Amino acid sequence: MTKVILLGPQRYQPSIAQACAGLNLEGPLAVITAGWQEREAELEELDAHLGQETINLNLHQRGEEVFRQDPGYKEAHRRHQASLRRLQELYRIRLNNAQDAVQLLMARNHMPHEIIGPEIEDGIQSVRSLDEHHLRRIRSTNRKFEEEWTPHDRPSIAGHRMELSEVVEKCSGVLIAGGHVAVLLNRLRMFKLEPMLAQKPIIAWSAGAMVLAKRIVLFHDNPPQGKGFAEVFEAGLGLYSNLIPLPHASKRLQLNNPTRVSIFARRFSHSVCVPLDPDDRIDWDGNWWHTQAGTRKLSVGGELEPWEEA
Amino acid sequence: MTLAIRALEELETVTEADLDAFIESHDFPLVEGASITFVFRGNVDSVHLMHWVFGLESSQPFLRLKETDLWYLTLDLPKRSRIEYKFNVHMGGKNHWVHDPYNPQVARDPFGFNSVCQTTGYETPEWSYQDSDARPGAIEEHLLRDTNLGDRRISVYLPARFRRTRQYPLLIVHDGLDYLRYAALQTVLDNLIHRLEVSPMIVALTQSGDRLREYAADQRHADFIVGDVLPFMEQNYPIESRPAARGLMGASFGAVASMYTAWRNQNVFGRLLLQSGSFAFTDIGQHKRGPAFDPIVPFVNDFRDKPGKPAEKLFVSCGTYESLIYENRSLVPLLQASGMMVRYVEARDGHNWENWRDRLREGLSWLFPGPLWMVYE
Repeated sequence: MTKVILLGPQRYQPSIAQACAGLNLEGPLAVITAGWQEREAELEELDAHLGQETINLNLHQRGEEVFRQDPGYKEAHRRHQASLRRLQELYRIRLNNAQDAVQLLMARNHMPHEIIGPEIEDGIQSVRSLDEHHLRRIRSTNRKFEEEWTPHDRPSIAGHRMELSEVVEKCSGVLIAGGHVAVLLNRLRMFKLEPMLAQKPIIAWSAGAMVLAKRIVLFHDNPPQGKGFAEVFEAGLGLYSNLIPLPHASKRLQLNNPTRVSIFARRFSHSVCVPLDPDDRIDWDGNWWHTQAGTRKLSVGGELEPWEEA
Repeated sequence: MTLAIRALEELETVTEADLDAFIESHDFPLVEGASITFVFRGNVDSVHLMHWVFGLESSQPFLRLKETDLWYLTLDLPKRSRIEYKFNVHMGGKNHWVHDPYNPQVARDPFGFNSVCQTTGYETPEWSYQDSDARPGAIEEHLLRDTNLGDRRISVYLPARFRRTRQYPLLIVHDGLDYLRYAALQTVLDNLIHRLEVSPMIVALTQSGDRLREYAADQRHADFIVGDVLPFMEQNYPIESRPAARGLMGASFGAVASMYTAWRNQNVFGRLLLQSGSFAFTDIGQHKRGPAFDPIVPFVNDFRDKPGKPAEKLFVSCGTYESLIYENRSLVPLLQASGMMVRYVEARDGHNWENWRDRLREGLSWLFPGPLWMVYE
């Protein structure tokens, strides 16, 4: 059973060392910073904070090597990503309409509940159905790509996988930093890191926390363009269940807007929607969650409410 | 609602102390609903409000309050308006253009600075102020020798955490140094890139010593941009080479220069950000905009006849208090009909740098969207 600790953003108040100490991770730590892209190798600040040996898995750089050595695969990967983007665009068209309808219904909450309530619930159910449909299509597209190209068996990738397996094996735990969530997910998938990670305690923050979920939800309530409706993006590695992490929630979400908070919580009611701001932490023991004092979750009532799990 | 100035006027006698108390107890210009009251004190012959709001008399006389030295003018202005103004004080046979002594809000421009009136609902965008969380970019200076326009200096903005191993979009900005000085462009770029709303980009800032000539649909200027600035940037910086990653930007004549350059070099620039463009044209007869527009009018007439496709995506903005609003509104359907993606935005503001600053977030994030939805650090 994989132990996972999810942390809030680490730029100003890093708490990774404390989490490592709590798990008694004394050997070297494997570090995944692929989400930082071209800055992947810049571990100085992290190393200074940790004060213990780290081994950078260099997934971003390894991915670039694969693309250089295997142009056929690179082109296939590019086409695959383009297909995924098209699916996301189509989903977004439908999502905007479905979410607009829910917001319009919510604005009529002065009407008697027996009149408006079922309409809102059905409107949200439509959004959920759309999310599921989109995720099915994404999974199906990913599956076809993997069946056709069997990336993990390709010589350009298999060698890296063996190296990575050996490195992870000798590490006491794995740290996964945030950054670009799609790049991070792609690199984890390319080298099929999931079975290796499942053997080790993991400490992840920001996008690193998001990729470990069963589904990855992108969110921003105040974008300069568009309406800011959260989007289901991809299936994550699924190393924990029943939780949607929301890094930088206090910056990215209108947490004092009851309508938006309520819609979010109701739309993803299969999971607990948990803000991960600086100082936040939540632990997964392989079966269920353990919260800290101050852990909050989005409530269907439209507020942030305490979440307590022993 | 009785306006404060009316209440003062209705006093049987207005003392010096009443005037002092009135000035002390209000901010000026005094915004009361849609009514804006400007005041001036002094033993002068007359006071006029001088502003650049197209559609209103550009010189509006103040009234003297009884026999006091307080002069005032009340205007109705729409909500969310922002206007720049000065007072023309006539005294001893001379006119003196002065700033509103009771209004600390000013806006700078290449000619000095103006007082600023903001009506209800207008707020200076918070993203235009320095944000201590935002990592600052850097500015590098270069001298380009023997260009189509002789030796020219350009400044280059590099985003925070710039890496030569990465490729960046390029934006070439006309009047770039003015954008830095008067429209807070560096702060805006730092903030919007930090907030992931705009892609990290390299920005070439050009400045002309003779902009009314060089920016007025001048082929030598277009050659300078495409034949000198662009190659220099591509040789010295990691620039993406596709049109969608190249943009031109400018305001007023700078917008004309941007459009002209892109029009004469189609498929080179994919993005245009055009603010309050001086796109004067004629349907018949002569234009009346003055000789500086002489080269512009035939260009815009030709463009209107055969627009082609100077770019894939254009952001066009204009203030509704500008005389150029007519030209800009006329341009938009033409651009749209040509198959380009066009976003057009108006604001209740004039032909000034803070108007152009205030539209930068919407324009830049539309033309060069950042990884806002994808990056969680």
